[in-house]
Amino acid sequence: MDSIYTENLCKDYGSLKAVNNLNLSVHDGEIFGFLGPNGAGKTTTIRVLTTLTCPTSGRVSVGGYTVHDEPDKVKKMIGVVQQHLSLDRDLTVRENMEFRARIQHLNSSKRKQRITELLEYVELTEYADKMVDTLSGGMKKKAAIVCSLIHEPKLLFLDEPTVGLDAQARRRLWDFVRRLNKDGTTIFLTTHYIEEAEVLCDRVGIMHHGQLIAVDTPANLREKVGSIVVETLVDNKETHYQFFANRESANTYVKSLPADVKTVIIRESNLEDVFIEQTGEKVGDQ
Amino acid sequence: MMNMFSDIYSVFWLDLRVMRRHWKSLIATSLVLPLLYLVAFGYGLGRGITVDGVSYLSFVIPGIVALTTFSTSFNSASSKLQVDKMYYKSFDELLMSPVSSYAIIIGKALIGVLRGAISAIAIYLAGLALAPTLLVNPLLFLMLTLLSCFVFALFGVMVALIIASHHGMSNFSTLVILPMTFLCGTFFSLNELPSIAKVVLYFLPLTHSAELLRSTVLGLSFPWLSFVGLLIFGVAFFIGCIFALKKSSV
Repeated sequence: MDSIYTENLCKDYGSLKAVNNLNLSVHDGEIFGFLGPNGAGKTTTIRVLTTLTCPTSGRVSVGGYTVHDEPDKVKKMIGVVQQHLSLDRDLTVRENMEFRARIQHLNSSKRKQRITELLEYVELTEYADKMVDTLSGGMKKKAAIVCSLIHEPKLLFLDEPTVGLDAQARRRLWDFVRRLNKDGTTIFLTTHYIEEAEVLCDRVGIMHHGQLIAVDTPANLREKVGSIVVETLVDNKETHYQFFANRESANTYVKSLPADVKTVIIRESNLEDVFIEQTGEKVGDQ
Repeated sequence: MMNMFSDIYSVFWLDLRVMRRHWKSLIATSLVLPLLYLVAFGYGLGRGITVDGVSYLSFVIPGIVALTTFSTSFNSASSKLQVDKMYYKSFDELLMSPVSSYAIIIGKALIGVLRGAISAIAIYLAGLALAPTLLVNPLLFLMLTLLSCFVFALFGVMVALIIASHHGMSNFSTLVILPMTFLCGTFFSLNELPSIAKVVLYFLPLTHSAELLRSTVLGLSFPWLSFVGLLIFGVAFFIGCIFALKKSSV
């Protein structure tokens, strides 16, 4: 079954088409990555899927419920971690969790039980009564995630979950997301980090100017453009990329290059190459 | 219905928690301005002056109480909501929860009601020390104070939902809130104004709040027109909040 299904989803802001005819299926139990530069329409899509914004047209269903007709049922089954964390910084971690449990209609004993469980799950028990502002970036992110898990959602949205984190904290968060997914939560995450999409996601959708230009597993996406890429620098000015299905063909191509072509790099292709091939732009160009 | 009450309390709970942490400074800061008005206009400037047949001190104290319900309730409800909406982004969490729009609006207004009522009662008690004759109908006074606080808190919630920037909020305070503070019969009698100005001022909610509270503490006949006027403003602000919430999801 699909956790998320959209058909011809459009969201316009005046003349700007923030999301343009999006047809998307996210399967139960997978980690789905939404990759694209800033302004590609990722956050707008999340806002529509999480009931925060009404679509201009198209059909959207989350967990089998139509977002427009049954928003309350959708709200009960999703958890959302926004890019800006959305924790109340005037409160402690425990108070933030308590608030989120209250607005999700958990009774008193269930609230206590879930807060204790989740704090242990992310090893934040000793920081539970600290003010949110005193925590490190990685801990704040974890606190935001456990707040969104308080009502045991089946589907978790993570909007740019690792922005602003150092490399170590980022990797720890990836492990945590994998663990959540293994425990049965479907994950929908947006990112503009290529590496994050590659190592974490079962499938990746690439957004560009509001449109979904490709969707598949990272391996299949790479294979479609060519698994091996040869980078060459021509006249010390512009880098050219040539894609090949295997290393043998790449080696043959390199041997055939004229002598004045410099700096030859042979490497495996990545999702950034896929993005450039599809759009002619780099992920960070926007 | 029980779910509705529980949702309202859940929304209020968050602001109550924050207030519990900073209650001394929050109450102290909301008392400074009305106390200064009380001392400067009532005790200092107004001694020996008579307005509408009563001493200026007795006249101005209910006006300052009405002003306190207005400024404290409006500011308390709007400022926290603005912070939640623009900086913490935690307001989105409420919108993504199963809590209804009605519960969000009332729950967010309640912190304004609480803080406004505490400040207004404190100012009233301080006023009683200066003019003990003002103790006429404390129960009615308390109920009207709560009504004023609720109307002005809804006003604060509506404005915070509509205005999307700090700059816009500051402009609104200067262009709307500040003139209302001084013009709505808080410091002078509307009977002294030309009738056209009087009509204009009756289209502002603080005028009705000041009339209601003044008539109660001075033992005058109950101004039903102002009571109905204030209720109409309350309903209008509530409807405005619903539209503002709907518009935020478009």
